[in-house]
Amino acid sequence: MTIASATQLICFLVLASTLVLGSIGVVLLPNIVYSAFLLGGVFLSVAGLYLLLNASFVAAAQVLVYVGAVNVLILFAIMLVNKKEDLSAIPGLAVRKILSGLVCAGLFALLVRVAFTTPWALPGPVPVGEEATIRIGEHLFSDYLLPFELASVLLLMAMIGAIVLARRDVFSTDVITGEPADQGLIEKSRTPLLLEKPALEKTP
Amino acid sequence: MQSIAVVTPGLDLQASFLDLLDGFGVSQGLAHLLWLPLPMLTVLVAAVVGVLVNVWLERKISAAVQQRIGPEYAGALGVLQPMADGLKLLFKEDIIPARADGLLFTLGPVLVLVPVILSWLVVPFGQNLLISNVGVGVFLWVALSSIQPIGLLMSGYSSNNKYSLLGGLRAAAQSISYEIPLALSVLAIVMMSNSLSTVDIVNQQTGAGILSWNIWRQPVGFMIFWICALAECERLPFDLPEAEEELVAGYQTEYSGMKFALFYLGSYINLVLSALLVSVLYLGGWGFPVPIEWLAHLLGQSVDAPLIQVITGTLGIVMTVLKAYLLVFFAILLRWTVPRVRIDQLLDLGWKFLLPIALVNLLVTAALKLAFPAAFGG
Repeated sequence: MTIASATQLICFLVLASTLVLGSIGVVLLPNIVYSAFLLGGVFLSVAGLYLLLNASFVAAAQVLVYVGAVNVLILFAIMLVNKKEDLSAIPGLAVRKILSGLVCAGLFALLVRVAFTTPWALPGPVPVGEEATIRIGEHLFSDYLLPFELASVLLLMAMIGAIVLARRDVFSTDVITGEPADQGLIEKSRTPLLLEKPALEKTP
Repeated sequence: MQSIAVVTPGLDLQASFLDLLDGFGVSQGLAHLLWLPLPMLTVLVAAVVGVLVNVWLERKISAAVQQRIGPEYAGALGVLQPMADGLKLLFKEDIIPARADGLLFTLGPVLVLVPVILSWLVVPFGQNLLISNVGVGVFLWVALSSIQPIGLLMSGYSSNNKYSLLGGLRAAAQSISYEIPLALSVLAIVMMSNSLSTVDIVNQQTGAGILSWNIWRQPVGFMIFWICALAECERLPFDLPEAEEELVAGYQTEYSGMKFALFYLGSYINLVLSALLVSVLYLGGWGFPVPIEWLAHLLGQSVDAPLIQVITGTLGIVMTVLKAYLLVFFAILLRWTVPRVRIDQLLDLGWKFLLPIALVNLLVTAALKLAFPAAFGG
């Protein structure tokens, strides 16, 4: 075994074990903040696996999109709403845990079966290495154009929806309660400290 | 620009080192293994020394701006003052607050520092004078710099302090919003040089010396990149995350000793790194204002002669560092002359001004590339 292949094997084992242990931790840890940070670690080890597969562009994109954007947003959401409160005990928690455990185990068994019965073509196609960036670009602008554009339309819809939900004053009625929206009232309920102060005069 | 044809192979230390060891009868694999840590250690030491120089410059320039003398007694002109600062931080007691989350509290500064140091992987000081000429180049830097906010959020959250949490959230928000215009301005450069690799980006700017630098073809992109780089480094006028009048020291409030030193190191290494990348992307990297080939031709020397290669390599390193430190000087001058912006102004500037302008810049670059392929790397 050469130095390069030994390094590759060690890297694969370390990355795979962090990936598996990390994702188990994401699901099982009671502290949601730990789960979110572990999720970042899981994304990073997936990027490492991509690197081992000679797909450096995909690895960098994985870090940028999943760690830099998705995970940071999850953390943001958790930290902005993270109130210390005691949750009321859910009835039948043990039964629920057992049921979801069974569903997960079944899914896992199914996946293992698929992995072992599929006739994988080994060794796979030759890695394109640095050429990958160009290939991905060509595919995105030819045969994968429609899925790519559909994904961007989906993201645009999500963005507009988020803006509408955040700014209830853009409609004459409140989208959630159905009552007529009053900009001043919304401002006051958002910032109760300003309740006592007179409303600012609007210039015509 | 017919740049690629003019480029000379330049100094290749790795090949020389491997040849030397081969002469001693060392096997190829072992020689390669012995070579691997050398450039990494060199760059790490260079980064830390760069920080020391940076701290000294910050002290001296701030003093000059405020008509003081600054550090004076520690070494000649106070050059040993940064060492004294570092030693002080090293010997300080390392405190973890009683109700803080010890694990995350320790991990936070590490997560802030490591991506910054890893990004030095792609900084070129010459044709072959970099750790690794990876194909994804600048994209790797953009991706790595997006890990930093997680470390900031981590340290802000685990300190169990409202100022820390607010500072961490601010840092993450700022870093996310300025990353987009930053990446878009880098994209315009990448479009012109047809490659993500930093070496190719510099090679595309050689040929006519100072005239072929990207700053003349991408003036708007240069301004956007510089503003965003300052915001990413949390330098004044964008040091909102640690605004001392509002947040004590932001996410650093509870930190002391070596953990604080990691933040300190991280921010200064990041500043030097950003300055280096500005010089690589816009100021011709290791290129001399007058093409070195012309000079060698004038003197009647071949560019492939060993002595000329050594001189060219040295000149390249000196030029890269000189350009970077000129930009660091401007950053320090900005810090001591410009007031801090408010958080809403910061986000307005990022989302409503820089983002549209960066998009327009990208579109115009694409149009110019189609219209004048000779000048914009068709």
